[in-house]
Amino acid sequence: MQDFVGAHRRAPPLGNSNRNRRQGTGARLCAPTKIWKRAGAARSLLSRLRSYQTTGIVLKQKPLGEADRIVTLYTADRGKVRAVAGGIRKARSRLAGHLEPLTLVQVSLAHGRELDHVTEAATLDSFRALREDLSKLSVGMYLAEIVESFAQEHAANSAEFDLLIGALSLLQTVNDPAILLRHFEVRVLGAGGFGPELQRCVECHAVLEPGDHTFSCAMGGLLCADCKGQTDGVSMRLSLNAIKVLRNFQRAPYDAVAGLKLSPPLLAEVSRLLSTYIRSVLDHELKSAEFMHMVGKG
Amino acid sequence: MTIQSFSSAEPVGRLVEEFNKLPGIGPKTAQRLTYYLVRMPADEARALAEAILAVKERIVLCGRCFNITEAELCDICEDGRRDRTRICVVEEPLDVHALERTGVYHGTYHVLHGVISPMNGVGPEDLKIRPLLERLRSGEVQEIILATNPNLEGEATSMYIHRLMSPLGVKITRPARGLPVGGDLEYTDQVTLGRAIEGRQEF
Repeated sequence: MQDFVGAHRRAPPLGNSNRNRRQGTGARLCAPTKIWKRAGAARSLLSRLRSYQTTGIVLKQKPLGEADRIVTLYTADRGKVRAVAGGIRKARSRLAGHLEPLTLVQVSLAHGRELDHVTEAATLDSFRALREDLSKLSVGMYLAEIVESFAQEHAANSAEFDLLIGALSLLQTVNDPAILLRHFEVRVLGAGGFGPELQRCVECHAVLEPGDHTFSCAMGGLLCADCKGQTDGVSMRLSLNAIKVLRNFQRAPYDAVAGLKLSPPLLAEVSRLLSTYIRSVLDHELKSAEFMHMVGKG
Repeated sequence: MTIQSFSSAEPVGRLVEEFNKLPGIGPKTAQRLTYYLVRMPADEARALAEAILAVKERIVLCGRCFNITEAELCDICEDGRRDRTRICVVEEPLDVHALERTGVYHGTYHVLHGVISPMNGVGPEDLKIRPLLERLRSGEVQEIILATNPNLEGEATSMYIHRLMSPLGVKITRPARGLPVGGDLEYTDQVTLGRAIEGRQEF
């Protein structure tokens, strides 16, 4: 699949279907060798692959030119996809309402030369309860920005996709999103390949004794008592309870941890670690995190 | 992006590059515009250059509503016939234009110069929200109309301002959400259609 898309990108741009077809037939008539036949068949197959359908969540939008926008979608089967939505800033656009950030949409996309183009979009879930509550909306924006930062273009990660959809749905009904957020952070780090190592020392791989340990953001895990001096960069002391909470989040789905009652200092410790670690992995600040703290329920 | 100069004349290449920096203008359009200017009568070209300079040198933001103006206050803020008890909050100066064209609104405005968009790195502190709060202190204002764009960022901005202002006891409204004139029910998204039905009016 990936090869076909790549090959198509190098093929003549859209609107040349007639020429393609003519070349294809010509090849079959004039040069009846197997290779030519196959080339013709491949070309007509490619023209059918010119557009595709997928389901994705809109992560963000950016204005482009007069009335268009570039939308960033996170899809289950293709990872992050950036596509041009033409005319979307006009009041009468048929696409506009469906491509708002934090909307789960079914879209048809046509391969373009640089970016694909959205040809159709239909909302599957608009997470309306998020849109009507500023605190929830700010959390939703934060979830989207994290995924946006971690996701790779055209690299499918269905675990990450399911996490995002699940978290956005839950967010609509959850009163205090603190646990949901921390659980999501741990899980999304794991899905992105940055899951913190909490069982063994990241330096010497020895199984960790129960107790407090030092977490190295640069190495992405805990250090045992012997190795704790060997870390560069940001490191934090983690209490045994915080380590247990994090391990629990790594193992269990949200339903199993939703009822946990964590003391405010413990919750603060866990969230401080996660935000520091995420910042160090991404190497930039998340503006939406700042906004989320500003409007409450962080 | 640097453009291959299509002429050996240095000023031509420079102008092409300057045009190319403008929004919506690619290298080809930049070249076309430049060629057009080369053939333009000198006085017309001068008028264009002066108009550009005038925009940069004479246009400032209104001290009250932050609309673009030539004077300390914009025409709308100066106009004694405008209803000072109403402030319509918009994202950009162009939105003021759009609302003025309707001829329906006679109050004053407040231009935020942007919208809260954490995903694109814009927070509330980057907008003209604080001056809006200060305008409310005078006690003259009775109604705030939050006319940000009906999209996610616009909504977030309106909700944020609403939260800041609701303790001040001023009436806060926003334009109705509904079906666009010439639109098509079949293609309307669920949120718009849902709000249009909720906000229906007696025929």
